[in-house]
Amino acid sequence: MRKYALSATVGLIFIFYLVFAKKQAITPLTVPSLPSNQIQIADNNPPLTQDPPSSTQPTTQPVAQPSSPPPTPTKTPTKTPAPAPTPAPAPKPTGQYKDGQYTGSSADAYFGNVQVAAIISGGKLTDIQFLDYPQDRETSLRISQEALPILKQEAISVQSANVDAVSGATQTSQAFQQSLASALTQAKN
Amino acid sequence: MLKFKYRPRELKLNAKLMRQTELIMGMPITVQVLGQKAAEGITAVFDYFRAVDERFSTYKPQSEISRINREEISASQFSKEMKEVLALSEQTKQETGGYFDIRKPDGALDPSGLVKGWAINNAALLLQKQGYKNFFIDAGGDMQTLGQNEQGQPWRVGIRNPFNTSQIIKALRLSGQGIATSGSYERSAHIYNPKRPDDPLDEIVSLTVIGPDVYQADRFATAAFAMGPTGIEFIEKQKNLEGYMINRHGLATQTSGFDRFVI
Repeated sequence: MRKYALSATVGLIFIFYLVFAKKQAITPLTVPSLPSNQIQIADNNPPLTQDPPSSTQPTTQPVAQPSSPPPTPTKTPTKTPAPAPTPAPAPKPTGQYKDGQYTGSSADAYFGNVQVAAIISGGKLTDIQFLDYPQDRETSLRISQEALPILKQEAISVQSANVDAVSGATQTSQAFQQSLASALTQAKN
Repeated sequence: MLKFKYRPRELKLNAKLMRQTELIMGMPITVQVLGQKAAEGITAVFDYFRAVDERFSTYKPQSEISRINREEISASQFSKEMKEVLALSEQTKQETGGYFDIRKPDGALDPSGLVKGWAINNAALLLQKQGYKNFFIDAGGDMQTLGQNEQGQPWRVGIRNPFNTSQIIKALRLSGQGIATSGSYERSAHIYNPKRPDDPLDEIVSLTVIGPDVYQADRFATAAFAMGPTGIEFIEKQKNLEGYMINRHGLATQTSGFDRFVI
């Protein structure tokens, strides 16, 4: 069983390889303007994919062909190894993201709102556009022109640590004074 | 017993802590001193604060600042302390781009925003000159620390929760630094945006600044608070100052070196 499975996978891999090899063989041909001879070679490729052993030959064949111009054959073999991985993601648009432009929600930065759009192409993030940026106020504008601050932010959380004293805004409000006065009155027995 | 185990040797004989609170300048002032002559030091500090209050209180009709505001005395008659405070106020105004200004919208001078930190710092220098090495002065939530507390550790200071004054939202260790917090409580008193006095400062509810001394921390906390949400950026740009700012949503922003003080 193992033998069959192994040979089957090897065969499959080979077939896949051929498909890619064929693809890559086509692309170089379309780009440069080549003699009709070369185009014929490309046409030969599809049938070759069906026959595994001979498939390796077409890629090498152009090199061997003396009649065709020398630059083109060299191109095909050099490109054979590289395109093998590249075509793989291309046909599958899944990748990490779907292509398109996505607008983010407006986030409340402490100096104003920030809203961006993400541009996805080829399944990858390729650009970020700032749709909203703090510049409504004079002070914010000043900061925007400088580097964006990267100060650490956190939600405050109550601590239970013992401390010698507490720092807070000076309680000079009338309410505070009144409250303190009444407390002191009570404290006086 | 564990406490003694961790107490440094030098503090063993005179580690007794004295702590006293008095209401001066309209705010509670608490002094904690470690040492054999702690009581004398504490008395000297309170005497000093009372003298400052007599001179700088805008609530006392006969204080020097009140007489200046009534134009009863001319500049040449100002005391040495008054000249110093007015000069420091002008300097601070320059350093903060005009955000710190002791001149109120009605034209009167109210240097209390500067005097508090200045007085705490002077009281600390007074104790230091007399040889005290471990003490803590807290005037209305602004503080100067030196040395260690009773446990032989740096002084532990909490930052008050601006939404629930019985809680703290940060615990810090300080030894030799000053700390000051400006917040919405002060708004009615002397904090406003001098450039736009009518602008409500309700986005930021609390801004704490740690500095090399409480004078630096206090005046920059006051100015940065008046700047609104960008105040923390101003603190970040100052050397030797760290800050922790809380907005009305309970979101805090801290300067890059603040974490080293956090317990």
